[in-house]
Amino acid sequence: MTTTFSDETRARARAIIARYPADRSRSALLPLLHLVQSEEGYVSPAGVEFCAEVLGLNKAQVGAVATFYTMYKRRPTGDYLVSVCTNTMCNVLGGQEVYDTLAEHLGVGHDETTADGKITLEHAECLAACDYGPVMTVNYDFFDGVDPQSALGVVDELRAGGRPMPTRGARLCTLKEMSVQLAGFADEREGAVADGGPGEPTLRGLRLAEQHGISVPGFDPNTPIRSKAEADKAAAEAKAKAEATKSAPAPAGNAGTGAPARPEQATGSTAPDVKAPDDKSPETRAAETRQPDASTAVPDAPGTKVPADTTPPSPRDAQEAQAAGAAANPPAGDGKPAGDEAGAQRRNLSEAEAGSGATGAGSAVASETGVQK
Amino acid sequence: MTTPRPETLAKLTPVLTKRWLSPDAWRIGTYEKLDGYAALRKAVKAHPDDLIQLIKDSGLRGRGGAGFPTGLKWGFIPQGDGRPHYLVVNADEGEPGTCKDLPLMTHDPHSLVEGVIIASYAIRANRAYIYIRGEAVHAARRLRNAVREAYAKGYLGRNILGSKFDLDLVVHSGAGAYICGEETALLDSLEGFRGQPRLRPPFPATHGLYASPTVVNNVGTIASVPYIVLGGAEWWKTMGTEKSSGPMIYSLSGRIAHPGQYECSMGVTLRELIELAGGMQPGHNLRFWTPGGSSTPLLTAEHLDVPLDFEGVAAAGSILGTTATQIFSDQDCPVYATYRWLEFYHHESCGKCTPCREGNYWMVRVYRRILAGQGTHEDLDTLLDTCDNILGRSFCGLGDGATSSVTSSLKYFKQDYLDYIEGRTAPKLSDKQLVGAH
Repeated sequence: MTTTFSDETRARARAIIARYPADRSRSALLPLLHLVQSEEGYVSPAGVEFCAEVLGLNKAQVGAVATFYTMYKRRPTGDYLVSVCTNTMCNVLGGQEVYDTLAEHLGVGHDETTADGKITLEHAECLAACDYGPVMTVNYDFFDGVDPQSALGVVDELRAGGRPMPTRGARLCTLKEMSVQLAGFADEREGAVADGGPGEPTLRGLRLAEQHGISVPGFDPNTPIRSKAEADKAAAEAKAKAEATKSAPAPAGNAGTGAPARPEQATGSTAPDVKAPDDKSPETRAAETRQPDASTAVPDAPGTKVPADTTPPSPRDAQEAQAAGAAANPPAGDGKPAGDEAGAQRRNLSEAEAGSGATGAGSAVASETGVQK
Repeated sequence: MTTPRPETLAKLTPVLTKRWLSPDAWRIGTYEKLDGYAALRKAVKAHPDDLIQLIKDSGLRGRGGAGFPTGLKWGFIPQGDGRPHYLVVNADEGEPGTCKDLPLMTHDPHSLVEGVIIASYAIRANRAYIYIRGEAVHAARRLRNAVREAYAKGYLGRNILGSKFDLDLVVHSGAGAYICGEETALLDSLEGFRGQPRLRPPFPATHGLYASPTVVNNVGTIASVPYIVLGGAEWWKTMGTEKSSGPMIYSLSGRIAHPGQYECSMGVTLRELIELAGGMQPGHNLRFWTPGGSSTPLLTAEHLDVPLDFEGVAAAGSILGTTATQIFSDQDCPVYATYRWLEFYHHESCGKCTPCREGNYWMVRVYRRILAGQGTHEDLDTLLDTCDNILGRSFCGLGDGATSSVTSSLKYFKQDYLDYIEGRTAPKLSDKQLVGAH
């Protein structure tokens, strides 16, 4: 397999790499993989080699990334990728039937291409258009509210050389042409960006408001932005207020205090329940892990604790907490392959060594304690 | 389909969605006529710390599902540390049921771009990325066009509006991995790796993109910023509830007369939302629903009056999440619905953590067996036991989310499971699909 990529592709590769900081060229890998698909229709071994070459990586590093993502195809694809959503909502509204009908009609299964090289079929997970369900996409542009008949109409037209207009989104192009856009280049087709007005479901709430003369009151674009001094004064007042109400019970909103029904009781399990070691109901733990409300630790914030009121900790505290957290927990090497250059490799190694003393606490523990001791 | 009552209509608060009615709002000229970039002009005259304070005062909380206070997050970025700072917008919308960010980026992309510029100015970032879901091609088209227009007008680039502030913004398309909506997996993906979550701490605020201080915010969060800058914190807080301020885009899908996007004051109830959506479809009665995507525990008809804000939904044993309310009726089977969600989590598990990777793999197989009429009573205990071993035992929330529908459907709809197991419901899957289930 000796594909030589065109000069145009090479020029585009340079333009992609230039978007990212000079010492961070590896960030260009995802767009570059889209780029090689634009020439070959899939990520071939030659495509992997091309990406590795332009980024100074090895083929294993590129291959590991290419095989992780669904949109990088590992076999040649058709001109049109037909994706039918079969996730729960579209599924119960008829998406599974649409998929089954197309699979039978085209004589191909998931991720397979028709013999004429026109169509690759796949069932897709949620395409973020549930209000239009069931939906399918052709080269990722939407056909809304499809049923088996209308879906058959679309694929038959595609096979006959036509280009049916998507319900929303721009006029169709081929999958290779689309891959150029995915690599981060503008759609230069005249009028394509202007295609596709909003559908009724998108505007539904707005139309209702418009029809009944509802708008949000009191919007004054000239409202001044308070200066730091004023804000500090307000913060001090809020703090005093918060201290005064500190003895008040935490809001019942938090599952940690609300003691929701335990699933083992609710479901009447027939066998002895296997309890979590901390004896919390799964819901409580889920809420604690994922619902960062006022009295719950948060997984994605560096502070050690979230105050029960809206008063933020002073920036100084936050910085100290962060410094302590950073010192106690150097960035994990994450077992990633070494970076782009020797420096990154050395850094990863030293970090791995420094990090080897850290406990292997699970994420829930880590997020609950914030700064690990 | 009756007209909603006036008090219900009053819950509508068109703010972020308002420009969608103007068909050309994605063009910079139209956007500028509709208050566009006025907030930026105002913001660059203020001190960055004042902007962070403003967002804190507004009580804005993240719109991506976790609801973390945005101003607090910005305030965590260490200033004067000599390191580059980054703003990364999480536009990897993919949570099943969620469909609010795509229309926003398609029909009003400049509001996101303007929000990015203001937020970057506040946290002193000179480089920002919008990581947009790969499949969202039309939104990306409009967004790239908007970025190009903003550069041409001097809103991006060097010395923006004479403020000596520089910013470069790149729209970076993903490649079809749900896990990249998790902020640390997103950062790894943006660095050119497999999108797998990182152990925290350290948190992105100190060691995010390229191990530098980074703010990761959802599209809706950042797009809210220009409105708060214009209207002020007090105005923002006139909408929503005390702890969940502002408007929120509720995405309604399923068995209702008019599915769609309804931007309402936070704390609206499902009963009110269904009223706005013209009621249930004829012949359908509400049976179960998700308050915020498939990763949030199911609720039922008894929860129609739960206020849909962060606290209210948590008190009902679920999570507000992305306010993607998927509405199912008595003609939909909660066991099958859960099975399809599990297929999704199984497919999207990145494989880094054993509990999530293996747990979802096996739960899918148990569900297939139950749906093929070959389930046993012990299967239900196996499911709960598996959930117990996934929840809280992985790096990120994907595995946790997978257990939500399992434990909640078993809690509310155990009889439906028993009906399959005891042969009262006809099998929904054929036993040919039972590979490795035994």
